[in-house]
Amino acid sequence: MNEQTAYNFAYLDEQTKRMIRRAILKGLAIPGYQVPFASREMPMPYGWGTGGVQVSAAVMTPDDRFKVIDQGADDTTNAVSIRTFFERTAGVATTTKTSEATVIQTRHRIPEEPLSEGQILVYQVPIPEPLRFLEPRESETRKMHSLEEYGLMHVKLYEDISHHGHIATSYDYPVKVEGRYVMDPSPIPKFDNPKLGDMAAIQLFGAGREQRIYALPPYTQVVSLDFEDHPFEASKPDHPCAMCGAENSYLDEVITDDAGGRMFVCSDTDFCETRQAAGHTGTMNGKDAA
Amino acid sequence: MTALLSVQGITKFYGHHIGCKDVGFDLYPGEVMGIVGESGSGKSTLLNCMAGHLTPDAGEVVFDTRADGPRDTVTMSEPERRMLSRTDWAFVHQHARDGLRMGVSAGGNVGERLMAIGERHYGDIRAKATDWLGRVEIDAARVEDRPTTFSGGMQQRLQIARNLVTGPRLVFMDEPTGGLDVSVQARLLDLLRGLVRDMGLSAIIVTHDLAVVRLLADRLMVMKDGHVVEAGLTDQVLDDPQHAYSQLLVSSVLQV
Repeated sequence: MNEQTAYNFAYLDEQTKRMIRRAILKGLAIPGYQVPFASREMPMPYGWGTGGVQVSAAVMTPDDRFKVIDQGADDTTNAVSIRTFFERTAGVATTTKTSEATVIQTRHRIPEEPLSEGQILVYQVPIPEPLRFLEPRESETRKMHSLEEYGLMHVKLYEDISHHGHIATSYDYPVKVEGRYVMDPSPIPKFDNPKLGDMAAIQLFGAGREQRIYALPPYTQVVSLDFEDHPFEASKPDHPCAMCGAENSYLDEVITDDAGGRMFVCSDTDFCETRQAAGHTGTMNGKDAA
Repeated sequence: MTALLSVQGITKFYGHHIGCKDVGFDLYPGEVMGIVGESGSGKSTLLNCMAGHLTPDAGEVVFDTRADGPRDTVTMSEPERRMLSRTDWAFVHQHARDGLRMGVSAGGNVGERLMAIGERHYGDIRAKATDWLGRVEIDAARVEDRPTTFSGGMQQRLQIARNLVTGPRLVFMDEPTGGLDVSVQARLLDLLRGLVRDMGLSAIIVTHDLAVVRLLADRLMVMKDGHVVEAGLTDQVLDDPQHAYSQLLVSSVLQV
């Protein structure tokens, strides 16, 4: 810890971190269960990852190497501000390389590169309750979780099919954890859902405004909900990446001019750059190459 | 023959005020029981105690479950009771809005109970929902529409379809025709009578409308101030009321 600063290591005081760690441990012991915790005011607005920041602060050690991604990118506002926040308050090393990071805080994506044991993935969660939009009463949703009454979750998917002909929910897609709790995976695209299950890294979910923490220990069974005749499908735009040519990564659509021009590029910037450095190239790479 | 529902000594106090006191009766399979009385006589309290929405202060509600035979639903665990209330029981609210999900399509409303008991085939659920809409005389083309676009009578019929889709054996109805105009009431009663007879349902109907019980109920209980003042066969009670309050109730009906 830097002796000059008035902050405790990683901003939060030790008692607060202890409280959050207890919630994390309980969450790991009961995968998918939402553990209430006394969320603190953080020096950033709700919706900017206050839950994730508190979880990261509680698990961080001075030896950690920290990475932050926002929609897959290391260089967007949210990612830059949180990375700088921990550089200043914890003095930890930071990186943009997925494989080198020990703690990765993410907003709405799972890195393309498979994570390994020893890594921790921290999600920022806006609304942790998957049943919320159908059942507004907290007392009732808690009862539904405790009694495993999850029929309502399928009503939502039923409505999707009846209105759109297929399950149109494309992010925030509900999952069932170890055959017990239905969990909101935070607004990751459903393309990332299959990566949630059987992952080697620890996955922690923090919702600051809603004051909930939940977790998936390594190698947990996670199943996306679906119907027998409308099975779950991890969808993505049907294009290769225009920069690195990857066929199997999640893509962002980028508008390039006002005449309908557009390109699809990997949303995971580290994955894309690593591939380009290794010599892979896409159809539009030449234009931007230095 | 075992009673489907055997109610004994149901008592519910609201502080010092009596909700209902020492009510007991047996209901046999296929039987329809009417509970009548003025506002505040405790009939809705009694219904809610029996259906598990309120916990009675004393008494037992023994239901003949499919799996384990007669069980007291007051002392059974909450998961079991909630399971009963979405399989073998149904509850029709006076206001359809209390019993429906207004933001979910008609098909989703009917399908909810099916999905709650584990149906996971969209095509089957939708086919059953469409079938049930037909049985309660709602056009199958409206299966995607939300109940907010339905008339009051249609909402009530949708609520009935939603409740009956899992083939319950006992239906609780709280003023099912309240707030509907008379011609819609007549159609709804006709529909209910048909469904009760066809499915061999047992039902408990709470109402203040004597015409409803005359048409639907085999037996009748008259309540006043939380007590049952008279009980018997519907025609017997209505044609030859013995208790002073029953006589008042019967004579209060306007003859057009």
